[in-house]
Amino acid sequence: MVELVLFILFGIIAVAGGLAMVLHPNPVHGALGLMATMLSLAVFYVVNSGHFIAAVQVVVYAGAVMTLFLFVIMLIGVDKSENLEERLPLQRQFAIGLGVAFLVLIALIGGNAWITAPKAAVEPNGSVEAIADLLFTEWLLPFEVTTLLLIIASVGAVALAQFDPRPRRDGEEEQ
Amino acid sequence: MEVTAGWYLALGAVLFVIGASGMLLRRNALVMFMSIELMLNAVNLTFVAIGRHVGDLNGQVAVFFVMVVAAAEVVVGLAIVIAVFRRRESASVDDLAMLKG
Repeated sequence: MVELVLFILFGIIAVAGGLAMVLHPNPVHGALGLMATMLSLAVFYVVNSGHFIAAVQVVVYAGAVMTLFLFVIMLIGVDKSENLEERLPLQRQFAIGLGVAFLVLIALIGGNAWITAPKAAVEPNGSVEAIADLLFTEWLLPFEVTTLLLIIASVGAVALAQFDPRPRRDGEEEQ
Repeated sequence: MEVTAGWYLALGAVLFVIGASGMLLRRNALVMFMSIELMLNAVNLTFVAIGRHVGDLNGQVAVFFVMVVAAAEVVVGLAIVIAVFRRRESASVDDLAMLKG
């Protein structure tokens, strides 16, 4: 019963946040909507016994990533609302049509069989110890590779930030 | 009324469609980026819900790896957006057609 109430309440918040991100012309409001979506997803993780994952979701996604997004939006300029006018012909109709078609397809599949496996008797234990146990035994090599990925990403970000605004030579046109 | 894993899968599908339509409808590079994040989050929700259904913790480990990759992707992507903005004074992807010859 508690889970049903939580699902309805935070499901509505998640969908509303996602829609706000897509439909609102100001990206700051969109970022806040996406933050609400991520926080409600953290609630769903707790309900699905993913306690560590929920904490990481709040700290990394809703905290670090969305703060970085907001930081960049502020840097680029919050006052510039996007021109929502579509320049490509029929792009918008196609996009909405494909989205509706995808939802209908999912509903058709879901009406037949969402899940065929029987429900497990025991719920997984999503504590820090259990996750670390898997991470440092079975998934040790992928875990180490992610460190390489993070180093590459940070070096790439630094390299991209080394922007060299050379004065243009005479006669050299931009673009 | 019991909330089964199928409910979470349906919610994840709806969120994924919202993210994909944001990718198709918007022209701001930042909003398109946030749409990608929303799609990743939707898939994460299905991982966790199915992992609970079959009683397997590996779904949550997969979510952990997705979060790491998404964080790295955001760092590089936002750096690219900033670099493009400094040159073009715009974050709209419609203005970025200059790479073609």
